[in-house]
Amino acid sequence: MAESLVVEGLSYRVAGRTVVRDVSLSLAPGELVALIGPNGAGKSTLLRLLTGFLRPDTGRCLLDGKALETWSTRALSRQRAVMRQQTQLGFDWPVEAVIGMGRSPWTSQSEPQIVSEVMQLTGCQPLAGRQYAALSGGEQQRVQLARALAQLWCDGAPRGWLFLDEPTSALDLYHQQHLLRLLKTLTADGDLHVCVVLHDLNLAALWADRIVLLHNGMIVSQGAPQQVLQADDLARWYGAQVHVGQHPLNAAPQVFLAP
Amino acid sequence: MSRRIGYSLWGLATALALMTLLATGFGALRLPVSLLWSGSDEALRQIWLTIRLPRVLLALVIGGSLALAGCVMQGLFRNPLADPGLLGISSGAACAVALWVVLPVTLPALLMLYAPMLAAFLGALAATIVIFLLSQQRESSLSRLLLVGIAINALCGAAVGVLSWVSNDAQLRQLSLWGMGSLGQAQWSTLLAVTSLMIPTVLVIWRQASALNLLQLGEEEAHYLGVNVRIVQRVLLLCSALLVAAAVAVSGVIGFIGLVVPHLMRMWLGSDHRAAIPGSVLAGAFLLLIADTAARTLVAPAEMPVGLLTSILGAPWFLWLIFRRGGQHG
Repeated sequence: MAESLVVEGLSYRVAGRTVVRDVSLSLAPGELVALIGPNGAGKSTLLRLLTGFLRPDTGRCLLDGKALETWSTRALSRQRAVMRQQTQLGFDWPVEAVIGMGRSPWTSQSEPQIVSEVMQLTGCQPLAGRQYAALSGGEQQRVQLARALAQLWCDGAPRGWLFLDEPTSALDLYHQQHLLRLLKTLTADGDLHVCVVLHDLNLAALWADRIVLLHNGMIVSQGAPQQVLQADDLARWYGAQVHVGQHPLNAAPQVFLAP
Repeated sequence: MSRRIGYSLWGLATALALMTLLATGFGALRLPVSLLWSGSDEALRQIWLTIRLPRVLLALVIGGSLALAGCVMQGLFRNPLADPGLLGISSGAACAVALWVVLPVTLPALLMLYAPMLAAFLGALAATIVIFLLSQQRESSLSRLLLVGIAINALCGAAVGVLSWVSNDAQLRQLSLWGMGSLGQAQWSTLLAVTSLMIPTVLVIWRQASALNLLQLGEEEAHYLGVNVRIVQRVLLLCSALLVAAAVAVSGVIGFIGLVVPHLMRMWLGSDHRAAIPGSVLAGAFLLLIADTAARTLVAPAEMPVGLLTSILGAPWFLWLIFRRGGQHG
């Protein structure tokens, strides 16, 4: 398994507009990193650069010291998985088949054992046997998380780099908590390394090891939740009036909108 | 693949083999296989061997090719309404073949055999590329694709019209018969030419079945799962254009096989292309064999163009599909 993902001086332009500007970042193994920032800050584009889907105009992404574009698509698919905010499938597929697609980098055989383990981990068992297209948005997100974990499944646990783009956007309270607790547990074991785009700052504050704040394509602040989630900074970068308090249980910072 | 799907495919293959044997007996002249085994009549044997058998086998090959092309297109566009005929790919091929018929060009014999196919392939490829580039655009929707299909169909129809207008009597008759879609051209040489294109193409497509499954997640997700999306898309587009081209060059435009068959196979065997691809080949062969046998026997001793028959049956099916989808998501 690759042990480091380092990006240096990353820039990316679309239609004459610089979407990502001189970003340098290093993702450590066993860490849960949250990318936050206002709309249009370049979070999703940065994620696509980190996953190797887009090629940067300048700068480099190094996975294990090797530039991402020199990795074969196949080899890369065994190192990192990506869960996007919404994935719609062509035609009807049963949930198990969708999750099973995650195994394609490894084998063309079906692996019902791994599929059922991953379904159990992500709470997808109640969805067994149902058609993906008939699921609600939140249920589809859970299935996609299961598929991404199946892709990284190796020797009984997910190993490698997992990128998620707003994975909680359609989840209810219970499943938001379930997903982030799961990511936290898996990263704590040291084999899974997570980088997640989150809109909800309070979720990031409760579970992220490190928060990276993006604004206009640049990293304007990063560090532990207490360092990044400062009322003045948030007001400056988001343009919103906020108050930052403390979580009653563990003193994590919590962001409140001023009425 | 589940055991049920395996049994279904084998059952379909067996039914197809039986139907093939049966169909060689039907026609303007009844030629049951038992009669040939007794070996009494050499003339009947010759009819069976040089006319009936290649005709029946050609129906299998063309039907399988058209259905598979439809299956691949639908997978690539992630849409059950994508069909080589509706998207204008068949008429692109037809237009190029008409051009070939009317233009006074002579080539060595072997090349003459493949030349209509080459022309058809170029025509089909041109139409495919236009459609595909459009589908890559941001606001591509199926209604836009079908509108472009209408435009291509209209343009090619007009071009064929112009070509018919400038053609001489013999060419005109050839064009109009061929344009309705018929397997009447069946000879061992054409059969071999089509089959020699079809078999490698089917094998290439078969190898991409899993990648086509992953593409159903979307291009970006397929990339993350290790699929070389651009290459797979191009290979599959080329292959389906090749299948359509080979079919159109020999038998004209036979519509709706590529729409109806893959749809039925997905309902029966599920969306997994490892089942839908062989299923479509077998069922497409089966359907066109039945349609062609009907076209040969219904109005015997004359025969009707099988393309008319498939369109009469397929167009209402298409309408039904649209109405049904309309209820779901516009």
